[in-house]
Amino acid sequence: MSRQPDDFIAANFSRRTLLKGMGLTGALVIAASWGLRTAFAEEPKAYGAEAMPDGWVDNPKVYVSVDKDGTLTVVCNRSEMGQGIRTSLAMVVADEMDVDWAMVKVAQAPGDQARYGNQDTDGSRSMRHWFEPMRRCGAAAKAMLVLAAAQQWGVAASECRAESGQVLHPASGRSLAYGAVAEAAGQLPVPARESLVLKTPEQFRYIGKESTRAIDGQDIVTGKARFGFDARFDNMLYAVVARPPVYGGTLKRVDSSAALKVPGVLKVIEIESTPIPSEFQPLGGVAVVASNTWAAMKGREALVLEWNDGANASYDSDTFKQTLLKAAQAPGKVVRDTGDAPGVLAKGGKQVKVDYYLPHLAQAPMEPPVATALFTGGRCEVWAPTQAPQVTRERIATRLDVPFDNVTVNVTLLGGGFGRKSKPDFVVEAAILAKAFPDRHVRVQWTRDDDLRFSYFHTVSVQHLEAALGDDGLPTAWLHRSVSPSITALFGPDSGHQAEFELGLGFVSTPFNVANVRLENPQALAHTRVGWFRSVNNIPHAFAEQCFVAELAAAAGVDQKDYLLRLLGPARQIDPQALSDTWNHGESPERYPVDIGRLRAVVEEAASKANWGKPLPKGRAQGIAAHYSFVTYVAAVLEVEVRDDGSLIIHDAVIAADCGPQINPERIRSQLEGACVMGIGLATTGEISFKGGRVQQDNFHNYEVARMPLAPKSVAVHLIRPAGDLPLGGVGEPGMPPIAPALCNAIFNATGKRIRDLPIRSQLSGWKGSA
Amino acid sequence: MISLSLNEQEHQLDAPEDMPLLWAIRDLAGYTGTKFGCGMGLCGACTIHVDGQPTRACVTPVSYAVGKQVTTLDHLHHDPVGQVVQQAWLNKAVAQCGYCQGGQIMSATALLKSNPTPDDAQIEAAMAGNICRCGTYNRIKDAIKEAAVSLKESRA
Repeated sequence: MSRQPDDFIAANFSRRTLLKGMGLTGALVIAASWGLRTAFAEEPKAYGAEAMPDGWVDNPKVYVSVDKDGTLTVVCNRSEMGQGIRTSLAMVVADEMDVDWAMVKVAQAPGDQARYGNQDTDGSRSMRHWFEPMRRCGAAAKAMLVLAAAQQWGVAASECRAESGQVLHPASGRSLAYGAVAEAAGQLPVPARESLVLKTPEQFRYIGKESTRAIDGQDIVTGKARFGFDARFDNMLYAVVARPPVYGGTLKRVDSSAALKVPGVLKVIEIESTPIPSEFQPLGGVAVVASNTWAAMKGREALVLEWNDGANASYDSDTFKQTLLKAAQAPGKVVRDTGDAPGVLAKGGKQVKVDYYLPHLAQAPMEPPVATALFTGGRCEVWAPTQAPQVTRERIATRLDVPFDNVTVNVTLLGGGFGRKSKPDFVVEAAILAKAFPDRHVRVQWTRDDDLRFSYFHTVSVQHLEAALGDDGLPTAWLHRSVSPSITALFGPDSGHQAEFELGLGFVSTPFNVANVRLENPQALAHTRVGWFRSVNNIPHAFAEQCFVAELAAAAGVDQKDYLLRLLGPARQIDPQALSDTWNHGESPERYPVDIGRLRAVVEEAASKANWGKPLPKGRAQGIAAHYSFVTYVAAVLEVEVRDDGSLIIHDAVIAADCGPQINPERIRSQLEGACVMGIGLATTGEISFKGGRVQQDNFHNYEVARMPLAPKSVAVHLIRPAGDLPLGGVGEPGMPPIAPALCNAIFNATGKRIRDLPIRSQLSGWKGSA
Repeated sequence: MISLSLNEQEHQLDAPEDMPLLWAIRDLAGYTGTKFGCGMGLCGACTIHVDGQPTRACVTPVSYAVGKQVTTLDHLHHDPVGQVVQQAWLNKAVAQCGYCQGGQIMSATALLKSNPTPDDAQIEAAMAGNICRCGTYNRIKDAIKEAAVSLKESRA
């Protein structure tokens, strides 16, 4: 869920060079080979929002409007999928403008990056990249309202101030409501950026404060919220699609005669498959279009289908696990090399050598992919829960062969995203079908079965770790091989190697204080669509690293938390480039160094708040893990009980996080609570597996996600407010990575059983330790 | 045509008898509060009340509801217990994406009607059929407890 491929290009080449030098489509193809980076090496490297496609916009005339009645409408350019961004960005604008929250509304921007700046809602970037531009929007709008009032009174703007939706002229005691001067203010030029006066933190009303009412809360609890599933139009049509069950497969033959007899079924339409690599285009197959969803579903059941399976027909997760394990035993592409780890390991002595396995996962948002499209007069308009409206618009234009300007992408609320909805294949399907039914709205509905079988799956991996331990029990050498198919296989020839951005997701960027470190990335080819899943490669990387730390602690006979702190070493700031992390989440290495002091602080805070080391009955124990990702520092202590039958009870979760300045602390806590539950779910039961190229799971009975009884009995989130002028960190994703290792470290402490293969599922069933 | 009493209104719906209530309520009657999550009664996003009983609309044929009272989230604010639950959901800022929360609220309302003072284990048992992928379970539990207290106070 981290980066779109074109983000990746833009992070390395300037947008200007890109557009000057090649068409976007060509750039994508070329970028997929990752071969052109040095061609523009003389270009100064851009970071943060600056480096994203179409960058940022801070024009209040784009983002802010005030009605005559004083209602402030803030345009939200980011997709809302539960992270609270519609509320949080509006809080920032309303705070700078000094408007009462009851007067604030939010309008959702359609996909239009030329107007709104970058809209890819992924990579835990929304607030990190948009806090400053939105503050400036608010401050500029306020300055314009003040000036408009001052002009009406014939006084200097400097004699006036704004307060709670009014402009005041203290000298005369006069006041004007924003609504009364909004029209005049809208005629004024936007003040120069450097002239803006931003609030000081002491003046904040909403930023960093608790209990701002969520903008969509009331609509959600009353059923009025409009998700992609809720786009409704008169006379609309409903479709479901039968897709090739194997990635790269095509339709061999279809007999639709029975389907067409199902009452309500109107038409059966073939969608052409996109050859591997299929990028964000649909898998193809056969669509059944009907007057209601149920008829479409029954029609699909009645199709008689034969497929050509293609090159991935033998993809088998059991076999592939062995392939990955084998690759992990041999040296691979070296991605970081400090000192001489192989040399030290060759000398023998006390060593620990283990492999961890983590399967594919599906994001499984509660709202399965769904999109509605209308094609009329050569134009296509869609309503979709997409994390990437601009990308969606581009792909529809390409696929329908219509000009980009003839495509409109309306962004609905997302019923969960987690990375799945950054890939618009399902929206393109709706557009294709709409073109076959001009002037009628067509909705494509994915079932849960579709969602689990045709996701862009979280990668599968083996993580191989070796360490040699010195007399003090600490590693003298550390070797880590990360083997997993790469997301980049979606976009071009499969190199089998992780890209810079995948290596930077918790692998090369992990900063242990060990003299001899060798990090390698052996080859692994993709046999399905691998895509972004909340926190992405941090899941396997953090799991392996943080479990291994605990394994070394056990080998050394040292407490897990103490060992982790010793391995992190003293508080210090590390240039990510010194860790061979040339990506650094797209952020400046100067502004965002790896700060060991902050990582230590979250470990100590979580341990302290959890009363680490407290006496517990047999079969019950705490475990700890910490991880730095999305430029945020998170530690987790989980307390588990393993019963005689192997079942798990997770009693308490204590999370400590440092994401830099906090804009909406309440939503930060809710994101971390949710990430904790999702992390527990993937650790205990999360697995997508393949047999004969086909996904073996098809609903929540065999792809189990966390339910309430598995959630911790309590989740406490402690946010650290660091001193100093720090930049913002990410929030949506960094809570995930430490959870699975903290859980497995707790299980080890409770039972002595070390989990090295996820999911845990029934691996504890043999444990009778408390008997 | 099937005659359905839905949210205190009579609807004539052109639905085959085996059409799940979910699709009849949404595609034919036009209410959007009831969500599709799994189609197999596994996730609870489609929870409605049929004669007050929490029911999974995705696996319940429309014919089952003939002659019964069907209530969806869209109409729950007319229900005194439902109102309190909805308010507790807001007070505890439960929702993240919000997609499953309608089903959660319908299940919670039915729970509090049958058991006004559920303990943690009873809440877990009653709510285990409702999946929230955002992981809001702890807040859901807190909201149900708050609603239970509010309802008790209003009865006192």
